[in-house]
Amino acid sequence: MRTLTDISQDSSRTRRGVDRQASGGAGAAHPHESAIKHVTGRASYIDDIVAPADAVHIALGLSPVAHGRLTRLDLEKVKAAPGVVDVITIVDVPGHTDIGPVFPGDPIFVDDEISYVGQCLFAVAAESHKAARLAVKQAIVEIDEQPASLDPVAAAERGEFVRPTHVQESGDWQQVLDGAPHVLEREQFVGGQEHFYLEGQACLVTPTEDEGVVVYTSNQHPSETQKLVAEVLNIPFHAVTVEMRRMGGGFGGKETQASPWACIAAIIARRTGRTTRIRLPRAEDMRVTGKRHPFHNRYRLGFDDQGILLGGDITVIGDCGYSPDLSEAIVDRAMFHADNAYSLGQVRVTGHRAKTHTASNTAFRGFGGPQGMMIIEAAMDDIARQVGEDPLTVRKRNLYRAGRDVTHYGQKVEQLELLHDIVMQLEAKSDYWARRRAITEFNANSPIIKKGLALTPVKFGISFTAKHLNQAGALLHVYTDGSVMINHGGTEMGQGLHTKVCQVVARELGLDLERVRITATRTDKVPNTSPTAASSGADLNGQAARDAATQIRERLFDFAAAHFFKDQGGLDREGMRLENGELVAGEGESAHRIPWGELVQAAYMSRISLSAKGFYSTPLIHYDRQTAKGRPFYYYAHGAAVSEVSVDTLSGEYQVTRVDILHDVGDSLNPAIDIGQVEGGFIQGMGWLTSEELKWNEAGRLVSDGPATYKIPTFGDLPPVFNVELMQGHPNSQASIYRSKAVGEPPFMLGMSVWSALRDALSSLTGYRECPRLDTPATPERVLMAAEALRRRQATATAVEETSDDLA
Amino acid sequence: MIDFYLNGKRRQCTDVSPDTSVLELLRTQLGHTGTKEGCASGDCGACTVAIGEPDDNGELRYHNANACITPAHQLHGCHLVTVEGLSRGDALHPAQAAMVECHGSQCGFCTPGIVMSLFTLHEAQRRHPAPLTQESLEAALGGNLCRCTGYRPIRDAALSMGTYPDTHPTWADDPDLAINVAKLRESASTTPELAAQGHFTAPRDLATLRELKRQRPHARLVAGATDLWLEATQQLKVLDDLIDVRQVAELNAIEETPQGWWIGAAVTYSRLEPLLEAHYPAFAHLMHRFASSQIRNRGTLGGNVANASPIGDTPPVLLALDARLSLDGPDGERELPLAEFFLDYKKTALKDNEFIRAIFLPRLADGQNLKVWKLSKRREDDISAVLAAFAWRLEDGVMRDVHLAFGGMAAIPRRASRAEQALEGQPPSVAAFDAAKRALHDEFQPMTDVRGAAEYRQVTASNMLERLRLILVAASNKNSHAEVTLDAYAH
Repeated sequence: MRTLTDISQDSSRTRRGVDRQASGGAGAAHPHESAIKHVTGRASYIDDIVAPADAVHIALGLSPVAHGRLTRLDLEKVKAAPGVVDVITIVDVPGHTDIGPVFPGDPIFVDDEISYVGQCLFAVAAESHKAARLAVKQAIVEIDEQPASLDPVAAAERGEFVRPTHVQESGDWQQVLDGAPHVLEREQFVGGQEHFYLEGQACLVTPTEDEGVVVYTSNQHPSETQKLVAEVLNIPFHAVTVEMRRMGGGFGGKETQASPWACIAAIIARRTGRTTRIRLPRAEDMRVTGKRHPFHNRYRLGFDDQGILLGGDITVIGDCGYSPDLSEAIVDRAMFHADNAYSLGQVRVTGHRAKTHTASNTAFRGFGGPQGMMIIEAAMDDIARQVGEDPLTVRKRNLYRAGRDVTHYGQKVEQLELLHDIVMQLEAKSDYWARRRAITEFNANSPIIKKGLALTPVKFGISFTAKHLNQAGALLHVYTDGSVMINHGGTEMGQGLHTKVCQVVARELGLDLERVRITATRTDKVPNTSPTAASSGADLNGQAARDAATQIRERLFDFAAAHFFKDQGGLDREGMRLENGELVAGEGESAHRIPWGELVQAAYMSRISLSAKGFYSTPLIHYDRQTAKGRPFYYYAHGAAVSEVSVDTLSGEYQVTRVDILHDVGDSLNPAIDIGQVEGGFIQGMGWLTSEELKWNEAGRLVSDGPATYKIPTFGDLPPVFNVELMQGHPNSQASIYRSKAVGEPPFMLGMSVWSALRDALSSLTGYRECPRLDTPATPERVLMAAEALRRRQATATAVEETSDDLA
Repeated sequence: MIDFYLNGKRRQCTDVSPDTSVLELLRTQLGHTGTKEGCASGDCGACTVAIGEPDDNGELRYHNANACITPAHQLHGCHLVTVEGLSRGDALHPAQAAMVECHGSQCGFCTPGIVMSLFTLHEAQRRHPAPLTQESLEAALGGNLCRCTGYRPIRDAALSMGTYPDTHPTWADDPDLAINVAKLRESASTTPELAAQGHFTAPRDLATLRELKRQRPHARLVAGATDLWLEATQQLKVLDDLIDVRQVAELNAIEETPQGWWIGAAVTYSRLEPLLEAHYPAFAHLMHRFASSQIRNRGTLGGNVANASPIGDTPPVLLALDARLSLDGPDGERELPLAEFFLDYKKTALKDNEFIRAIFLPRLADGQNLKVWKLSKRREDDISAVLAAFAWRLEDGVMRDVHLAFGGMAAIPRRASRAEQALEGQPPSVAAFDAAKRALHDEFQPMTDVRGAAEYRQVTASNMLERLRLILVAASNKNSHAEVTLDAYAH
């Protein structure tokens, strides 16, 4: 530029000398960076992007059967339908036809074998969304239908897996079981979960002037989509740019499963030379995309008279659907969390990845961890009834503690005091024991309505278990008006990542948050990125952004030391700092202050680069699959929840009447956003275990394929008393970004307290002698059937007792 | 042509096909993309808009509605307010400001819909300030799904927005807006055909409706469109021959007689609520759990009856109350007991050219009791697995006029006549109820579907009788304090 902009109105200049702090930096409870755009409707999502008038719209032709061979696909009438521009099948794919993200197994279109209801057979591009959808109905599809495998347990018994079984062993668990004073053996079914991101899968692709495309996509993993699109088109990666501003919710559902639509749209865009858009109608979205894995879990555990675990055998079977997708790592994470916060003793944990003819199940907040934890939380309740103790007592006795602080995969649990503090503080804050007494008394006098109470902890491992993904990049520009642009590889799905990263930069550069802006995540700004997943977004990208900001800061310090006040011998480089919109050198009265804008302009005129790229990779982590030992997690995030429920044992309906949560985020980057993650995660976890029921018919078709039949929590499910606090005074023991902790996934598992409270209420029907099996989701139907079963058993037991009394 | 106001500005839309929704009109023709599509089935609320219609005093009253299943032509003569139309320059409306300050948005996709539901709540509070209770908040926001926040900050926004400076939208400055909107409405009374291609005809009186039904016996009637429109959005059916009964004066009347009330078939649930609150508290309580405010504002009692779904929520209640129907058409009017209306799954006694004019709700007799229990996976905005409506009197310690009506237990909503007989003239004894439960088990063979297994339906239906017995026992025993119903389900 020939001239510099006038910065005399620079706010940091006008406020010079005023005693103030730069606002909104890391640690502040600043609103979401897009909050005003959200509430005014100005926040743009994929389907809101204005496309050229000649843009084409895609609809998909989907398999109506779960398993079979495609014998005929006649698309002549589809091609002739009004408004149709293009129709493609597997033979029209120029490059790779398998778009499996980690392992092969996901054909972009069916070639021969059909593996689930909703698998993509062909795609139609037409002048309008409706024309494309209507044209799809004209296809003639003939399929040699074969029996569908829909039972993962049976599949596992037959050895039908998408990936090999993995086993973690610590000690001689068999001997422990043989010698244990008590042994319990139980099983459970843990249901899956539909992501139900409010914005469905959507993508818009424009062809570029060379061989490539620009892809706008609602997507947690732009780099992977770039790779797959390039491979499918058979073009170099640099010909594909993926842009992602924000998602209307992701939750894991757009980690791998946003790519197929981008690939299909890219093929059409290149073939037609026209901008191409696709969005999946809700019912299709729910049928074609994978979900949280349903799990069948079993345990056989030995314990002493105190209910303390000695060891045993745990098996988890993940229902992976038809292909590997991310199931290798998901079932691993279930295994890594089969201990939750408890020392298992000498144990074997086995994880199977069962193959069934359903959509390929995928990442969902917690990534298998929640399903793994469910088995040990079930065991805690079961053991408590067995030894006649309150479940909280048994849970506390089993928490990791000094001498029992190494997991079954060999990682040492570091913040033991924190784990115990959370449970003890929450126990007191929630008034657990007084309420326990009141509830026991209430239940004794209430034949129909039964109350239940439960405290469950969470210990969740933070890091991608695929080690190479634990890296991040950032790109920071300072412009000559002093405004700052930061980009990084993470994606914004509502979790507040961009807000936090801006706050990191604002803190590093001593600026008001309003001077730092973030724009869309783009593969041409920061390359080779990892998915925004595993709760790692702020940990990784915050550090990368901090690295970039640090470089800029140090560069400006070097420059300032040499450039300013030369006549007075220059500025003292030592102790130089950026605060409140100024560079400050020296202390007290004699300190020199240079406004940020002035500093930046001077640096520019002196030909100093005002741009930097940052990078971060997580230290310490490793895991050896051969030995099943290592330190897969940089650290653990903790939390605990107490939930109280009232159950109507005539209908199975229930209400969650009070919830207390204490959750560990280390030193919070943004308490408002973190509280939002904790509350939202809890409610979503509660929904998973209560009302959200996926149902398939006998032919393998998902019948709960819309919000009319699939019930996520609504406003009335918010507990009337909902006390949520962040744990104070426990910074991360590892050097994470400002000693904060990841918060995306861990609170999800606090929802287990609701399920455990339901079991507690039901247990009262037996005088707390038995804990019923309660598969999830614990719908009113399941709760009622569990209550009926307990009552029948009670009646039989009473009859037997009376009979034996008579005999006596 | 659809002639209406959008955020204070007049819009005239031509060439809109009869089955276009308000959402499609906004997003694809008017370039207003702030309103989002979440499900296109009226279940998530992401597309919530506010629709203003002149009330009896000529003032605009706003209700929230799902744009995805509201026919675009029903905007004629209305003021449509969308999320883009709330702020005043940079100054946010209290509903918006409160959402920002309470951290009420995360991904932001449901937010426009939530803001609009808050806006209509704010409007209602401005006119008739009332304490916000859990129940009123659920009524206002139960139809807006949010997958991110867990709702606590949204509740805080709803509770606090009343304390914000009352920043009016820019369009609220126009003193003639209500008059101008009303004028557009009048124009349609002379030319009820609004569509250029196909038919979207909006008659204003019964005579015109009869004549239209004579000319076009197979035309589909539309009022709230809360079910019909799913045929367009979910099944992609072409709906090109529609008669909109929303404006027919006679179908909008509520007529009181000494015996009860004739409810016009096009009366919305929201309009019906005050009457139910006053005279049928159990029915009113059901309405709180019936769908969402967006649906209750548009859906009609006549629609719920004519739809003849086995899991419709109002038919069992109407059956328990001995409701009657007035059927009308070019061949004249006739009355029919509701019990004779439902013939088989989705089949009714309605002839092709007939329509429901009104539903007669008999007044509760002295001593007559009504209990309504709805069982669903989720308490709010869910479709029933089983719905039971029980009416009875106690006379000298025995039960009289026992009506036990069920939804979700058969292909049609119907009464359990054998179970009724088992209780008729009996005291509420264990023996009588056991007999009734056995009879109930014999006379229904419910199905297993996505909402519940057959066994579950059987057990819960039987348990509903047990709950009735327990309530009767408790009522006769003043020393009994045991609760038999959860607070949120009690009425």
